[in-house]
Amino acid sequence: MDLTERPEAEIVLRLSGITKRFGPLVANDAISLTLARGEVVALLGENGAGKTTLMNILFGHYTADEGQIEVFGKPLPPGDPNAALAAGIGMVHQHFTLADQMTVLENIVLGTRPLWSLNLGKAEARSKIRTLAADYGLEVEPDRMITELSVGERQRVEILKALYRQARILILDEPTAVLTPMETEALFSTLKKLVAAGLSVIFISHKLGEVQSVSDRVVVLRGGRLAGERKTSEATRRELAELMVGGQLPVNEIGPPSPGAILFELRGVSTRSTGGAALRQVSIGLRGGEITGLAGISGNGQAALAALISGTLEAREGDIIVHGEPVAHWSPRAALDRGLGRIPEDRHATGMIGDMSVAENVISEAYRSPRFSRFGFLDWKAAASFAGDIIKAYDVKCPSPEARVRLLSGGNMQKLILGRALDGDPDIILASQPTRGLDVGAVAYVHARLIEARDRGAAVLLISEDLDEIQTLSDRIVVIHRGQLSRPSARGELSVMELGELMAGHGHDEGAHHAA
Amino acid sequence: MRLEPRASTSGAATILWPLGAILATVVFSSVLVMIAGASPLTVFWLVFKGAAGSQFALLETLTRATPLIFTGLAVAVAFRARLWNIGAEAQLYLGAVMTVVLGTGAVTLPSAGLIPLIMIAAMLTGALTLLGPAILKTRFGVDEVVTTLLLNFIVLLFVSMLLEGPLKDPTGLGWPQSKRVIAEAQLPRLIKGKRLHYGFVLAIVSAVIVWVIMKKTVLGYEMRAVGHNAEAARFAGIPVNRVIAKTALLSGGLAALAGFSEVAGLKGNLTLDLSPGYGYTGIVVAMLAMLNPLGVIAAAIFVAGIFVGADAMSRSANVPSYIAEVMVATSLLTMVAAIMLMRYRVRWS
Repeated sequence: MDLTERPEAEIVLRLSGITKRFGPLVANDAISLTLARGEVVALLGENGAGKTTLMNILFGHYTADEGQIEVFGKPLPPGDPNAALAAGIGMVHQHFTLADQMTVLENIVLGTRPLWSLNLGKAEARSKIRTLAADYGLEVEPDRMITELSVGERQRVEILKALYRQARILILDEPTAVLTPMETEALFSTLKKLVAAGLSVIFISHKLGEVQSVSDRVVVLRGGRLAGERKTSEATRRELAELMVGGQLPVNEIGPPSPGAILFELRGVSTRSTGGAALRQVSIGLRGGEITGLAGISGNGQAALAALISGTLEAREGDIIVHGEPVAHWSPRAALDRGLGRIPEDRHATGMIGDMSVAENVISEAYRSPRFSRFGFLDWKAAASFAGDIIKAYDVKCPSPEARVRLLSGGNMQKLILGRALDGDPDIILASQPTRGLDVGAVAYVHARLIEARDRGAAVLLISEDLDEIQTLSDRIVVIHRGQLSRPSARGELSVMELGELMAGHGHDEGAHHAA
Repeated sequence: MRLEPRASTSGAATILWPLGAILATVVFSSVLVMIAGASPLTVFWLVFKGAAGSQFALLETLTRATPLIFTGLAVAVAFRARLWNIGAEAQLYLGAVMTVVLGTGAVTLPSAGLIPLIMIAAMLTGALTLLGPAILKTRFGVDEVVTTLLLNFIVLLFVSMLLEGPLKDPTGLGWPQSKRVIAEAQLPRLIKGKRLHYGFVLAIVSAVIVWVIMKKTVLGYEMRAVGHNAEAARFAGIPVNRVIAKTALLSGGLAALAGFSEVAGLKGNLTLDLSPGYGYTGIVVAMLAMLNPLGVIAAAIFVAGIFVGADAMSRSANVPSYIAEVMVATSLLTMVAAIMLMRYRVRWS
């Protein structure tokens, strides 16, 4: 079924029967799609549905096993990014590909001039960039260094880079993941101007709301196959969700909270930086029976806060108070001994030891207890049976407790971490990006477990960059910006836009000064 | 060309790749043998005969394997926890120094007391030798490859100083050698009149103990966890720095046993040529064994066999015994490649 029902519409891109296999995995199974001039097509699907693979084939990073690509009526030679560029395809990756120590101008011009040319034609380039920026609402100062730019500005540079090379087809891979709500709005208005000028856009996303507000047509992928194709105006949110998940969307009910005492508290804590921002004089109290959500744009101190609470980062000043008692020596061990359950941000790097077995991984926080060891010898039977319990209780799909964790999917790995962290019903729970990269089913499962813990009286701190997730789960929301926390707000007290303002630093006591 | 991680490694692959590595080593060495003007088949037959063709050859191979088992274990233990101990040579020599310090008459006890005493003292010496670099690594982030490697040269010069000074045998006709250890400090021979001594038994027992430690104990679990992913281990509350320190003590102690066993079991005194690089060869042994403590026994005997066999071969065929060094070095390289190919597949694109 071809939904590009505008007979006059010129088809600028046609993918026919694209198939790509990685060993036994079929990442793309006979996918066909078309893109018309002046159209925004959203490519919707969960993680692992094959969206990124398909776009990498289009852009020449991978070669398809079967199928053809036609751009402006001409076949595109496979596996050649330069051919894709020359044909007018521009791609903005999820992770930007900018040289940090160069200016905006240099980044945009890079690679467009012959190697032996002596000048970069800067003056000419500068005026061309200014024109493009003004036309499409992509304001960036051409002579600033990339390091000085915010994430939203860097994304604009990436788009400018593609436009400067005369891209007629723009592919954006999950472009809103790193943006504040305001920046997202700005991006959408830019996209509208681009299509009005005759460009075509493929917008990759797994967020239904954005897809509905930005696209003309939605193509849904599921498990590497084309699950369906709809005109955006004719599709309901529910219909799209079901196409994406392949069934009913699981819904979690969350009742009113019954807040108890403050179980965990930070008072005036500062830390050193861990890549992102350092914490500056952070104070927060977590009540039992309540989920506190920490919103913020990536890199504003979430990592430092999570590491601090986990015990892997030391406080430079300030107090950590657990169950009303200040703790002198804070460490992962101290945190575990005081009943903290911790879900780390990065499953692979910090959460699990990929080359060790499921059993070896689930005991890693408790192996010294008499339950798993005696006189320095480990009780592997007890470990295997504990692993078996978690596998059963948390519905982990894995061949056996002896299987290496590396072989599990992200969702199953996360369930193991959940099982390990929630064993023994901890009453203080730190969940750092607990659903990043998981499919909808696993996300719902993780949410259900967190709500369950809150309902039995645990204090939960949920750190997430997904504002939807924060708003759905949190009884109280705190926003972090440059290592400082906003005043907490109750569920529903602030709108998305108001939270976005806080995320961008407006309304923070000091943030206002920095926001120039 | 790209490397893609394999989802899993089949049981057959863990046997076939190492066999392939040995085959590649044989093929490469054959070319060198042919360049030297001999027939590879004859040469390999002579090497095999020289290593295992007679009771004498076999015992000689096992004697040579003894220090390699100790140093191989030392390296296997350390590498398991990602502590890159390149200094087994230094730890071996300092273990030997402690053996002659205590064993040449300074302490007089019956064998049943003296031998364990010297053994423990030697192990402690080696353990502390590696503890320094381990602390520098955990405290200040100093690369232990550099510190342990350079310590080898420092220790060798220190031993040389001792042998020219306080430890010098006054009756040694001026040679830089120590006095001989007293009878009570000597490890008895396994078979009367042959060179194979109880150090070999000690090596086998050590390998079994290390295997049990790695497989069954809390310490072994911690070491493997730290080696596979130190960040995750730390997050889980495993005291990473303390585990690295314990690993260093164990590894250094094992390497020192090689020095103890060579002096107390075979040579009787300490000279500067006590070890023809057993500490370095231990790395090859550990890698060939894929860091498995029981595998170290087989790997050490295999490597020792090549050295002993090549010696015998060079006397009858006109090929220099250096071919043994080449074979051992080549087998390390092919083995490292094989281990990588077990985990990754190569894609040509």
